Amino acid sequence: MQEVLLSLQHIKKDFGEGEVLSDISLDVHRGEFVTLLGASGCGKTTTLRIISGLETADEGRVLLGGRDMTDLPPEKRPVNTVFQSYALFPHMNVERNVAYGLRLRGMDKRAIDKRVREMLELVQMSEHAGRMPSQLSGGQRQRIAIARALALEPELLLLDEPLGALDLQLRRQMQVELKRLQKQLGITFIYITHDQEEAVNMSDRIAVMRAGRFEQIGTPEEIYDAPMTRYVAQFIGRSTILTGTVASVNGDTAVIEDENGRYPVDATRARLAPGETCELCVRTERMRVSRTPVSGFALPCTVKEARYAGGSVLTYVTMAGGAEAVATGEERMADAAQPGDTVYLCWNPAQAAVIGGASHGA
Amino acid sequence: MAAKRRRKRKLFSPIYLTLVLIILYLPILMVIIYSFNSGRTIGAWQGFTTSWYTRLFGNALMADALKNSLILAVLSSALAGIIGTLGAIGLTRSHFRGAGLVETVATLPMMIPELVLGMAYLALFTAVGVKLGMGALILTHTTFCIPYVFINVKSRLVGMDPALEEAARDLGASPMRVLRDITLPLIMPSVVSGMMLSAAMSLDDVVISFFVTSAETTTLPLKVYTGLRSGGTPEINALSTLMLGAIFLAVALSQLLRARSDKKLNSAQ
Amino acid sequence: MAHNGDALRRREKRRSILFTLPMALFAALLVALPLIYVLGTSLVESGQDFSLGATFTLENYRRILRADYLLVFLNSLQLAFFTTVISLLIGYPFAYCMARAGRKWRFILMMLVIIPFWTSALVRIYGWKILLQGNGLINTVLKRLGLIETSIKFLGSYGSVLLAMVYCMISFMILPCHSAVDKMDFTLVEAARDLGAPPWRAFLTVTLPLTTPGILAGCVLVFVPCVGIFYLSDIMGGGLMLIGNLIRDQLLKVRDWNFGSALSMVLVLLTAGIYAVYRKCGGKDLGVF
Repeated sequence: MQEVLLSLQHIKKDFGEGEVLSDISLDVHRGEFVTLLGASGCGKTTTLRIISGLETADEGRVLLGGRDMTDLPPEKRPVNTVFQSYALFPHMNVERNVAYGLRLRGMDKRAIDKRVREMLELVQMSEHAGRMPSQLSGGQRQRIAIARALALEPELLLLDEPLGALDLQLRRQMQVELKRLQKQLGITFIYITHDQEEAVNMSDRIAVMRAGRFEQIGTPEEIYDAPMTRYVAQFIGRSTILTGTVASVNGDTAVIEDENGRYPVDATRARLAPGETCELCVRTERMRVSRTPVSGFALPCTVKEARYAGGSVLTYVTMAGGAEAVATGEERMADAAQPGDTVYLCWNPAQAAVIGGASHGA
Repeated sequence: MAAKRRRKRKLFSPIYLTLVLIILYLPILMVIIYSFNSGRTIGAWQGFTTSWYTRLFGNALMADALKNSLILAVLSSALAGIIGTLGAIGLTRSHFRGAGLVETVATLPMMIPELVLGMAYLALFTAVGVKLGMGALILTHTTFCIPYVFINVKSRLVGMDPALEEAARDLGASPMRVLRDITLPLIMPSVVSGMMLSAAMSLDDVVISFFVTSAETTTLPLKVYTGLRSGGTPEINALSTLMLGAIFLAVALSQLLRARSDKKLNSAQ
Repeated sequence: MAHNGDALRRREKRRSILFTLPMALFAALLVALPLIYVLGTSLVESGQDFSLGATFTLENYRRILRADYLLVFLNSLQLAFFTTVISLLIGYPFAYCMARAGRKWRFILMMLVIIPFWTSALVRIYGWKILLQGNGLINTVLKRLGLIETSIKFLGSYGSVLLAMVYCMISFMILPCHSAVDKMDFTLVEAARDLGAPPWRAFLTVTLPLTTPGILAGCVLVFVPCVGIFYLSDIMGGGLMLIGNLIRDQLLKVRDWNFGSALSMVLVLLTAGIYAVYRKCGGKDLGVF
C-alpha cells in the first residue's frame, strides 16, 4: 500500500454544546480517494475543517507527510478546499479567481497565466476566463472552484459536498469527471457527502461517521457486504436486520432462532456462542422469496405488498413473529406473489453479515 | 361583481401611493418654487427671479457657513467611515469580553434624543475646558455618524458568506491579505453608503451643532434655523433648495451604489 | 494540557481588539463620558457643577414630580403617541403598496421616500409653514373654491404641530414596514386564500402578524425622536410646551443646568427603556435602510 499522507490522531473537538468530535483517528494514503460519509451534524465538515486548518482541534494531532500541522494556520498548509458554496470571489472574474492563490505565492505573471490556462482547460472552462462568477451556472462555478483549488498543486484536496446543489444528471456526470481527474492527477482526495450512492461510486475507502465518531472505515465492498454496526448496515443500501438468539453452533455455521423462525448464519467471521443475541444484516438484493420452504431456513411470512423497482420486484413481507422484511423477488410483476400469499425467505448465509456486539466482527 | 371589486382594488395601490407622495413633496415644492419668487413676502407669487440665488452667493456669511458645513461633513464622514468600519470588522468576526458593551455605547447616539447629547457635550466641554467651535463640531459630528457606518458595515459583514474569507486563507492568504483582497472590497459599498449617510446627517444637523458651536463658527443648517425663527426670508428658500439638491445627489448616488453591489453579491452566491 | 490553536486564537483576538479600539475610545470619551457628566450634574445641588466637593441631592428629580412638569412629560408622550399612531395608519398601507409594486417601481419609490427623509427637516417644515399660512396656498385654494370666507388659522394649532411631526417621521415608519412586508413570504397569503380566507382575513391573520417586527421597529423609530423634539413647535408656532422646549429653556433661559440635566436623564431613561422593551420583544438592529 502507498505511504500514509495524512494522519489524524485522536482528534477531539467541542464547540461548547457537547462534543462534536470524540476521538477521530484516520490514516489516508497518498493517491487515495477517501469519503467521509454520514448524516447532517455527524461532524464530517468539522473534521474537514480541522484538516484544512480553518478549525483547530481541542485535542489530537494532524500530521501531513509526517509533519505535524496541528498548529499551522490554514494559509501555511499544502491543503486546499473546494467549498460547498463554491466561495468564488464575486468581485473577481474567473481568471483572477483561479490565479488568486498563485499570485499570493509570488509567481511571475507568465507562469501564472500558463498555469491558469492549464487549469481552465482541465475543467473545460477555457472560454469563460473573463466571466464573472455571477454569470456562471452552478455546475460551471463548481468547476472553477475545483480549478482554483487545484491550481496550487496541493498534496491533499478537500471537497465539502461539492455536488450537493446540482441536479441528478449533472451530479452523475460530475462524479465521473471528478474521479477521472483524481486518477489523472494522482492527488489525494478527501470527499464529504451524505449521499451513499455517491460514496460507493467514487471512493477507494469510505469512513462512515456518526455523532462525532467513525462507525466503520473500509472499502465500499467491505462497508456494503460486511457492515459492522446496525447504523452502517442501515445507512447504506437497503436491508433487513434480524435479531435472534444463537440456538446451536456447528463449526462454521450457527443456527439462530427468534419468534419469526429459524435461519443459518455464517460463523467464520464472528465467534458465536449458544444463548447469545445475534444481529444479522441481509441486503435486500440477497434476500429471496420462495413459494416453497427452503432447507435450513424456517421463515414463513405473509406478503404485504409487491412493488416494481426497475428490473426486479421488491416484496414486502411480514414474518411470523411480526417483524418486517424486504426481499427481492421475480423479475416481473406478473410473476410476483400477491398480498396475503404465504412465502418463504432464504438467502446465501455467506452473503449476510453479523453486525455489532462484543464478540462479533473486527 | 367580484371582477369590479378586483379592478377597484387594483387601483387603490397606485392612487394611495401617489396621494401620499404628493403630500410628501408638496412642502418641498413650495420651498423650491418660492425660492424663485420675486416678492419678499411668502404667499403671494410676484414673479420669477433668481436674484435670491445671486444674493446668496454674494453673501459672505453664507459662504462662510457653507464652507464650514462642507469641511465638517467631509471630515466627520471620513473619520466615521474609518472608525466605524474598523469597529465593525473587529466586532463581527471575533467575540471578546466587552464587545457587546462597546457596540451598545457606540451606537447610543442613534438611540437617545440629540437634545440630550447636545447639552451633554456643552456641559462637559465647558467643564473640562474644551474649546467650542470647529474642533468640537468635528469630534461630535464624527461621534454621531459612527453608528450609521458601523451598523451598515456590520450588517453587510454578517450577511457575507464566511466561506469567502476562508477560501482566501485556504489558498494561502494571511489574515491581513484577506482583509485587503476580500473583505474590504466587498464591504466597500456599505462603507461608502454609510459615509454618504453620515455626510447627509452632518449637513443636516441642527441640534448638536447648536450646542457645540461658537460665535465665530456657524453652519448652514444653523443659519437656516435662525433665519426661520425670525420669520424666514426668500434667501433661506434659495439656500434650502440648494441644500436639497446636494442631498438629493448624495442619496441618489448611495442608493444606486447599494443596489448595484447588492445585485453583484447576491447573484454570486 | 495546552489546547491546540491557543496562540492563533489569541492573535486573532488581539487583532479584533485593536480594530475596535478607536471606536471604543470615541464611545468612552464622547458618548459615555458626557452622559455620565450629565448624570452627575443632575445629582448635584442647583447652581453647582459636577465636581468633588459638590453636594449630592435628589432635589432636581423631586422637582420633576410637580404637576406642571409632569404635564409637560405627558404632553410630549401624548404627542409622540399620536404621531406614531397616525404615522402607522398612513405609513403601513404605503409600505405595503410599495412592497407589492413591480420591481421597476420599487426602486423609484424607494428613492422618492428616502429623499425627503434626508432633506433638512427644517426646510420641509418651513414648506408647510408656507402652505398653511394665512395667505398660503391652502387657504388661497379654499377661498377660491368658495369653501371658506376668512383664512383658517392653521399655524399655532395642535393639529399643525402634529402634522409637522407626522410629516417628519413618516419615512421612519415606511422604511422598516416596507422591509418587513418585502421579506415576508407572500405564498403564505396565497395559501390562506387558497384555504378560503377572504382578502381582509388573510391580511389580518397572515400579513399583519408576520410584519409585526417591522411595525414595532417603525413605532420605536418614530416614537423615540418625537419625545425629544423641540424646534418643531418653535417654528410651527403655538407655544406648545414639550420636554424638548422645557430642557432648552432650563439650559438657556433659566440657566438651571442641574434641573435641565435631571430632565434630560429622565428623557434618556424613557428612550432607553423603550429600546430595552423593544429588544426584549425580539427587536432587531435599527438603522439599516
